[in-house]
Amino acid sequence: MRKVVQSHATEFALLAVIVIISLFLSIATDRFFSLGNAFDLLNTSSVNIIFAVGLLVVLIAGGIDISFAVAASVVQYVAALLLGWMGGGGWISGLLIAGALGVLLGAVNAFLIHKFRIISIVATIATFNIYFGLLMFFTRGVSIYNLPDWLTSRVILFEHEMADGSWVEITLPVLVMLICVVATWVFITRTTTGRQLYAFGDNPEGARRFGINIGAMQFIAFGWLGLMAGIGGLIQAHYAQEVVPNALYGRELDVLAAVVLGGARLGGGKGSVLGCVLGVLLISITQNGLNLAGVSPYAFKMIVGAIILVAITLSNTSIEKLLPFMRQEEGRK
Amino acid sequence: MTAIVNRTRAFLGPEMAGPGFALLAVLIVFSLASPQFFSRATFGSVAFQLPELGLLTLAMLLPVLTGGLNLAITFTANIAGLTVAWVLQQNGGADAGPFAFLLGSVLGIGVGALSGVVMGLVIAYTRAHPILVSLSMMIFLRGLGEFLTRGGDVSGFPAFLQPLGHGSIFGFPVPLLVFIGCVLIWHLLLTRMKLGFNTYMIGSNIEAARYSGVNTRKVLVLVYTLSGAMCAVAGIIMLARFNSVRVGHGESYLLITVLACFLGGVNPFGGFGRVIPVFVALVVLQLLSSGLNILGANQHLATAVWGILLITVMILRFAAGHFKFLKRKKG
Amino acid sequence: MTGRESAEGGQKPLLSLRNINMTFGGVKALKAVSFDVLPGEVHCLAGENGSGKSTLIKIITGVYRPQDGAVIDYDGQTYSHMSPVTAQNSGIQVIWQDLALFPEMSVAENIAFQTLLGRWPRFVNYNSMREKAIKALARLGVTLDVDRPLKDYAIAQRQIVAIARALVGEAKLVFMDEPTASLTQSETDHLLDIVRTLSASGVAVVFVSHRLAEVLEISSRLTVLRDGALVGVYPTAGMTQSRITELMTGKTFDQTVRARNVDANPVVLEVEGLSRPGQFEDISFAVRRGETLGITGLLGAGRTELALSLFGMLKPRSGTVKLQGKLVQFSSNRDAIAAGIAYLSEDRLSLGLIQPQSIADNLVIASLDRIKDGGLLSDVRKQELVARWIADLGVKIGQQGDAISTLSGGNQQRVAIAKWLATDPKLLILDAPTVGVDVGARAGIFDIVAKLADSGLAIILISDEVPEVYFNADRVLHMAQGRIVNQFTPSDCALRDIEAAVYA
Repeated sequence: MRKVVQSHATEFALLAVIVIISLFLSIATDRFFSLGNAFDLLNTSSVNIIFAVGLLVVLIAGGIDISFAVAASVVQYVAALLLGWMGGGGWISGLLIAGALGVLLGAVNAFLIHKFRIISIVATIATFNIYFGLLMFFTRGVSIYNLPDWLTSRVILFEHEMADGSWVEITLPVLVMLICVVATWVFITRTTTGRQLYAFGDNPEGARRFGINIGAMQFIAFGWLGLMAGIGGLIQAHYAQEVVPNALYGRELDVLAAVVLGGARLGGGKGSVLGCVLGVLLISITQNGLNLAGVSPYAFKMIVGAIILVAITLSNTSIEKLLPFMRQEEGRK
Repeated sequence: MTAIVNRTRAFLGPEMAGPGFALLAVLIVFSLASPQFFSRATFGSVAFQLPELGLLTLAMLLPVLTGGLNLAITFTANIAGLTVAWVLQQNGGADAGPFAFLLGSVLGIGVGALSGVVMGLVIAYTRAHPILVSLSMMIFLRGLGEFLTRGGDVSGFPAFLQPLGHGSIFGFPVPLLVFIGCVLIWHLLLTRMKLGFNTYMIGSNIEAARYSGVNTRKVLVLVYTLSGAMCAVAGIIMLARFNSVRVGHGESYLLITVLACFLGGVNPFGGFGRVIPVFVALVVLQLLSSGLNILGANQHLATAVWGILLITVMILRFAAGHFKFLKRKKG
Repeated sequence: MTGRESAEGGQKPLLSLRNINMTFGGVKALKAVSFDVLPGEVHCLAGENGSGKSTLIKIITGVYRPQDGAVIDYDGQTYSHMSPVTAQNSGIQVIWQDLALFPEMSVAENIAFQTLLGRWPRFVNYNSMREKAIKALARLGVTLDVDRPLKDYAIAQRQIVAIARALVGEAKLVFMDEPTASLTQSETDHLLDIVRTLSASGVAVVFVSHRLAEVLEISSRLTVLRDGALVGVYPTAGMTQSRITELMTGKTFDQTVRARNVDANPVVLEVEGLSRPGQFEDISFAVRRGETLGITGLLGAGRTELALSLFGMLKPRSGTVKLQGKLVQFSSNRDAIAAGIAYLSEDRLSLGLIQPQSIADNLVIASLDRIKDGGLLSDVRKQELVARWIADLGVKIGQQGDAISTLSGGNQQRVAIAKWLATDPKLLILDAPTVGVDVGARAGIFDIVAKLADSGLAIILISDEVPEVYFNADRVLHMAQGRIVNQFTPSDCALRDIEAAVYA
């Protein structure tokens, strides 16, 4: 058990913080600690978790992607147009189209990064501007409201009325999110390709000497994120029941903060699916709890920012660094 | 004579190739595409739009040179603007005097610097990644600003602020003069001052700089402090330009400032990059958007073209490096 | 020129290279080199930096392709060039100097890494990986927790993991590139034992090391390269370190003891009972004006920690330091520099110099106040200062603005020394100043050291190569396990006296 705690220190720390916050919120508010609220949380966090596990794969491979959220917007819009043109489609064709478009946009990033050796932050800031600029230019910022019925109608996979009259619901976004999470977990921990991604992020030169195909690694990582961005985009359209071209603008940084809070390292080689999910949940639980506690919605963003800042500061500070005398120990390294 | 050539070359430097080439290309393409391009109106609009993005880019530049980023720049500018607005309102709103504005500006720059101090301390003492630290600062400041303004605008400022946003001195727009002043200060800082010198050294190898006696923590804290203060200057100019403050003003500039730095030849890993090429890169970006505007396109298309320009320059740099390598191999 | 000997005793070589040529950018890196390795032997490959050792290894492992006409006979097959896949599949393994390990992954994954390779995804079999890892470690007589991430282990264990990884690949021929560079003596001994075990089990080992004592101890034959050409192949029996040095450099070095008596000079630094538990204890010594004090001892003896304490980067727990009679206490190295102490780091690549930056900037970084003009840094003054030091120390450079990384090791070290001299120090601490400097260029560095001492500078010369301190210092302190255990005066003793004490 001690070994498990040691090797998953970030995940346990996050879990502990989540438990403490939840305990506090259950006492402070009467509605927080209910199954209904818990499922509500899952429903609202689904899209961010899908994005997060995708971004995790890119971070593990040593890259970063700023463009995935606007790429998801592009996918939403193009998929909605394509589906309308096809005369409706359904969930299968919708997910296939969205996934394929997402992979394509991810592959553009991988191509620029691998072929021209542009580092990922530069390449994806460029594609961020290209994707978003072109989307807003061609759509003139006009939203799409008349989506196919199957896309806008809520799909409830399981529902149950609780004794207190509240409803426990598992909706389609939660199911899709679970599939994405499990698929990513299997991919990065149980397949040789996933382990090659870790190795590549950890020590690119070492990986190269073993004959690992560097180009393939980039396409797989950015392609996986593209796939998740595409799926997440479609689910977000389903959840919001509309396609607004700039709805996901700015989401990339929020997701990035959550993923890194979950223990992924900018620079590669480190990060877990569990930590990543907990990172997103910590932020949504805090927001949800503050909301229930009646704190002004304007204030809780500020509190979330402060929490992330403190968490990052603490997670990078070991006890020695806080004690001046011990700090000298790290002088030689 | 050779001395002058050498000095000019040193002044322009290798970073100049990308933005210089882009400047020429933009001037040629647009002057062919539209006869109205070479007009007072074009350059007037460039001159008025350049400063906001430009000041924020200066704020981004210093952290990038140390190998970091400051993602909080736009909201730091907003919060500093709010500080000025608050001081003005406390002193009679539209009837406030110049002294209130001066006091507000000092306080605003102080608030901007304070956000930088906090980030700098966290980065210097915990070695947390600057992207994360500034990202959480950004989320915090956005929340703080929205909390204070409830998402609305703050306006009603004294009339004497009008010239600061829209006035001209000898035909030069006041914001442009402020910006050029700041460019010169940054240029001086980076080429002639110890802090600038050490900024480059830290960007290349912070531990080696420490072993050479550089106070690396102090440099990091000062870099982020100056970055925050420069954000505040941008915030004050934005206040005067829009005659209001709203949290979220200029938000879309955030990633453009990073783009401008890279376009200006700044090394994404830090350690290399100069102010003048970045200035030229900013002019190119504004000329592009004004030119496209004349041709009837909107700002969104310009944004996309900015992204394409960055990719083009990076590909050309790659090709140039490749060519040099091949030449050396054959040599 | 070539003193090639055929494989002795009629034993058929496992690997035999003939006529290997390689050119980079017009420079011939290898000129008609041949190279043999017998099955199960320990063969040493020696040569200065740039002599072609690593190019040769990269050709054998398929990273580079030699020019036409090359013949590579390996294990009964003939190739004109290798590929990384063929090399690995036929049992050629390399342990790179940087180890090429993956710190965040588990020990088992690192050792059985090859099972993770392949183009198409497969499911990972963690159980079989663990078994393979445990078996490979057992062959080396080592037990590690294979589930822990590699980053939990120190460099010596990582070295062992890299060797275990080579064994999993059914190695017949293992290349070890500077395997002992960062190991302490006891760790090195353990590693050499492992090499012997490998050799006894029939695996041939090619050992590349700049530590000639080890080379003599472990290998049976020695191939020497110089400037990309083969100098010869020699049996190790009967070789001496100085003979190998001569073969590598093509020059003879008759070193003389430089020690002088400086007891009449005033004391610059006086250390009394300085301790930092776990690193060094109760250190007392003094250095005089114009004196070169040598400190030697094995890696891990606490030499560098002591130096960093004098330089203000580590805080001693107890004891006193007096500089020119005045008690000093530094809270950072900036205080130490201001007081007149300079420290040349042992790790020039990552701590001593800022590699991507220019020669000029590296030289002035510690003395920016001296190139100010009217409160601002002056380019003209900078150029003057740099030009003066470049000339003084005989540094060969292209332009002042070139990156320091474009210089050779010896010239880089001269710039690093100039950086500290520009701060006008009273005491210069040189920590392993010849690491990564070619044997031929080392004499030049020590000529500078001698000149500085003559001009009155107090110098502490730290090195784990006993001959360096013996020939160049006035007095030698021997440190072991954090304590000064012996003091020698080179003018009154023989080199082997100190060597016997240090390597005992």
